[in-house]
Amino acid sequence: MQSPRHTFDTQLHALEQRLLRMGSFVEEMLEDSVKALVDKDVSLAEEVIRRDDVADELDLDIETSCMHMLALQQPLSKDLRVIGTALKITTDLERIGDYSVDIAKTALELVSEPVIKPLVRIPQMAQATARMVRGALEAFVSRDPDKIEEVVRLDDEVDELNRQVWNMMIQEMQENPSTVSRAAHLILVARYLERIADHAVNVAERVQYMETGVLRQLASSHQML
Amino acid sequence: MPEQASLASRSATLMLPLENSKFEIRGLGVEYDGESALRDVTINLPKQQITALIGPSGCGKSTFLRCLNRMNDLIPSARMLGDIFMDGNSILSSNVDPVELRKRVGMVFQRPNPFPMTIFDNIAYGPRRHGVRSHSMLEQIVEETLKKSALWDEVKDKMRQPALDLSGGQQQRLCIARALAVQPDVLLMDEPSSALDPISTFKIEELMLELKEYYTIIIVTHNMYQASRVADYTGFFLLGELVEFGPTVEIFERPIDSRTDDYVRGRFG
Repeated sequence: MQSPRHTFDTQLHALEQRLLRMGSFVEEMLEDSVKALVDKDVSLAEEVIRRDDVADELDLDIETSCMHMLALQQPLSKDLRVIGTALKITTDLERIGDYSVDIAKTALELVSEPVIKPLVRIPQMAQATARMVRGALEAFVSRDPDKIEEVVRLDDEVDELNRQVWNMMIQEMQENPSTVSRAAHLILVARYLERIADHAVNVAERVQYMETGVLRQLASSHQML
Repeated sequence: MPEQASLASRSATLMLPLENSKFEIRGLGVEYDGESALRDVTINLPKQQITALIGPSGCGKSTFLRCLNRMNDLIPSARMLGDIFMDGNSILSSNVDPVELRKRVGMVFQRPNPFPMTIFDNIAYGPRRHGVRSHSMLEQIVEETLKKSALWDEVKDKMRQPALDLSGGQQQRLCIARALAVQPDVLLMDEPSSALDPISTFKIEELMLELKEYYTIIIVTHNMYQASRVADYTGFFLLGELVEFGPTVEIFERPIDSRTDDYVRGRFG
């Protein structure tokens, strides 16, 4: 038998699909921004910067849908938690897009500069961070607590890599002052990735709230270097 | 995940400590002609708070409400099981006078039902029945209760006019004033605003929030949003059973029982 709230159920399903689409979109922005940095690919970096407008539109679209559903459908219990979660998640995803743009802009800054040394840890960080974003979205779809735990575990890995990049770059700057500008840019890129990872943890926290009704911080949002 | 366990560990029927309770209900059941309408309800209802009872038609919530002032006594086929204690004393025992009980436990119904008499006489009716004869005393009671029920400013110049000339929302507030005039401790409200427009509904809800400073209020409502706006605690009834009882925000944001979840999300059927 069809649910008495079939129309609302369809709207909720469409909202989840939009969130997933936005999640995949910003995850791709993240991966491409780091690829542009590593490959010194100007057109890819510019492409990432252009995509930010689309991410912003997706964010507004999701927020508008949520507000309409809150106003018109009076959701309660799990439905209320799904919409509240969507409102929070969309902001996290939008911020992930913004940080990807920051990385792409850094890629443009560094495109004509010689490399200090081949980038290893930053691509590793980017890979782990992208897995966190993907994992948080998969948790949203599957409601699988193991996925949430994986996101939290990866966050520790990202924090550790960030620490390593910081230490290496400080050492580099001390030993070779001509690298200060480039090293500072790379420290910032690592910082952007670390912030993206924190947003992925936020998403995971919200998924957990959506499922259980309990809001709890899964990891410290500010890393001490 | 661990949060699931902690959520489940909140009992679906939270038992309030006795010192904060107005009513302690123990194993309460009601049968009509041997047919069970309410089964084994055990719960404490909080003092000077608003408790909302929600559930689909025929779930037993109005039957439950009518137990609290023994209105079910008026139905010959009704039989009550278990016990209800108000302020620690049984209200079902044979030495309790139901008329005296109903003085302490007032009731407001779905449709405003003013008596076909003046506004003044509607309010003075109860106190007169309970022996107040002094006109100045009656005037004082009428003014006080109309002020308490936020109607005084609207009717003070037309006390001798028929109550039935008032609007529906004003009539319902008059009925609340009439219930308050005999100085009850408890106000039972059975769908008090379902026949009213939204503004009159909000006025009744504001009034309830003001009155809970002095009275224990139990409201039966079909309107879940009304329950969520006014009630401190909410109980969900289904098929004669109290399925879940707890702080209102818990019932509407994260109920424990899947039947409560289905009902508040409108997924029944």
